[in-house]
Amino acid sequence: MKRGLGLYAVAAYAFLHLPLLVLAVFSFNSSRFTIWQGWSLAWYRAALQDGQLGEAAWNSLLIAVASTVLSTVVGTLCAYGLWKRDSKLLSGSLYLSLVTPEIVTGISLLVFFQWIFRFLHVQLGMHTVILAHIAFSLSYVVIVVMARLRTFDASLEEAALDLGATEWQAFRRVTLPVLAPGIAAAALLAFTTSFDDYVITSMVAGVDSETLPMVVYAMARRGANPVLNAISTLIVAVLGSLIVLSERLRES
Amino acid sequence: MTQLRRLFLAPAGVIMGVLFLVPLAIMLAYSFLTRGAYGGVTAEVTGDNYQRVFDPLYAAILLRTFVMAGTATLGCLVLGFPLALFISRAGPRKNLYLQLVILPFWTSFLIRTYAWMFLLRDTGLINSALLAAGLVHQPLPLLYNEGAVFVGLVYGYLPFVVLPLYATLERLDKNLLEAAADLGARPWVTLTRVMIPLCAPGFRAGALLVFIPCLGAYLTPDLLGGSKTVMVGNVIQNQFTTARDWPFGSAVSLLLMAIVMVLLMLLIRRGGEKLV
Repeated sequence: MKRGLGLYAVAAYAFLHLPLLVLAVFSFNSSRFTIWQGWSLAWYRAALQDGQLGEAAWNSLLIAVASTVLSTVVGTLCAYGLWKRDSKLLSGSLYLSLVTPEIVTGISLLVFFQWIFRFLHVQLGMHTVILAHIAFSLSYVVIVVMARLRTFDASLEEAALDLGATEWQAFRRVTLPVLAPGIAAAALLAFTTSFDDYVITSMVAGVDSETLPMVVYAMARRGANPVLNAISTLIVAVLGSLIVLSERLRES
Repeated sequence: MTQLRRLFLAPAGVIMGVLFLVPLAIMLAYSFLTRGAYGGVTAEVTGDNYQRVFDPLYAAILLRTFVMAGTATLGCLVLGFPLALFISRAGPRKNLYLQLVILPFWTSFLIRTYAWMFLLRDTGLINSALLAAGLVHQPLPLLYNEGAVFVGLVYGYLPFVVLPLYATLERLDKNLLEAAADLGARPWVTLTRVMIPLCAPGFRAGALLVFIPCLGAYLTPDLLGGSKTVMVGNVIQNQFTTARDWPFGSAVSLLLMAIVMVLLMLLIRRGGEKLV
């Protein structure tokens, strides 16, 4: 039975990892068809020279950085506040936003922005995408930072208060440094989920805010394309390393 | 403390209020209004949108969504349990094996779905290999059907059952398994009569954790499915883009949200969040 379980595990891990590995291998294929012909970097060269891709990648980066900074700051403060005393309404809506289907989140934000635009003279664009990304990554940040706070010894903070620190000083000088790895892990997670998102982004993006996942989606729709394999491999490699880093930080 | 705490919670409260609760409230209002002549809404109050959800066409899609999500959940549980069992017995390598399950989950859902298109399509890897080997003369129709959506969902959400199952297996009282063996139970009997029943909380939490996102799946049926595998998520998207019927799209969205909320409460009541 033990050997059977081991064999099964090999198959299960193959199922989880082979699709992306095969895609990565074929991104180096010199043929444009799915038949192996030899190693080549042609598709990477084509991907890096593509202006539309470059612009989309730049947009994605800007959006991910802006939304990560804001959601990490707001989410960390929120986690700390909830850790002091829970607020059913706030933690309830955070949990609910986590399980809300992405398509519903995207549509509801689209409807909301369109409604706001009746009163304000603005349009969909980078700013609406950034706001949407803050909204959905906030709950990830709160949950990761909260997990860190649960292992934090509250008496350390009490000691600081007893020794004459103000509440802000106790938070800033005692609690925050202890939370730092958790906050960094949360930020990396927020960054990857933002950089990755297609469904919500495609709903609230304007003409000037096409992101990398939107280009990937359009290319996937159009059919076989070895350049897409190369882009996918690059994205998975970069985001994958960020996730490994985030996991390391969470466990430290 | 209350002052600082309030100050700390305020920004998150504003964001969740303005960018999550208010949009849902607007959708709720829209769901009772009437579609305007050129899309948009007119202020005519009606309950028709909710009634339309149960028209045979949409009822069939709703039913299919439940069946799809249910089979994907079952698939995840069946495939996930032995994997969780393997990890829980892996000794010092446990953490590594667990990370290997979680890692793909966080790396781009879109690209992981595309990877299956690359494998399954007519000119994809599997068909190319089969054709080259002379096993088939025409590409097999692997993509754009229910099977492809099933594979995509199981592949996407397998980690969600492995984690809670692993957590319950870790807390399992090993003495009970030894007792079963001492009393003469063969390994298979110990597994089916003792171990699996004891893991019931993990199965329940894992099932809900997979079922909830599968119900709202959009990208998987959109990319891997065809016109006959439309799920609720696709109906919602369609109402806001091609069909331009916002009130009906809002009604479908809120119905989906209501189902998700009930399932979430079930999960929390069962203490599921502690298992993740």
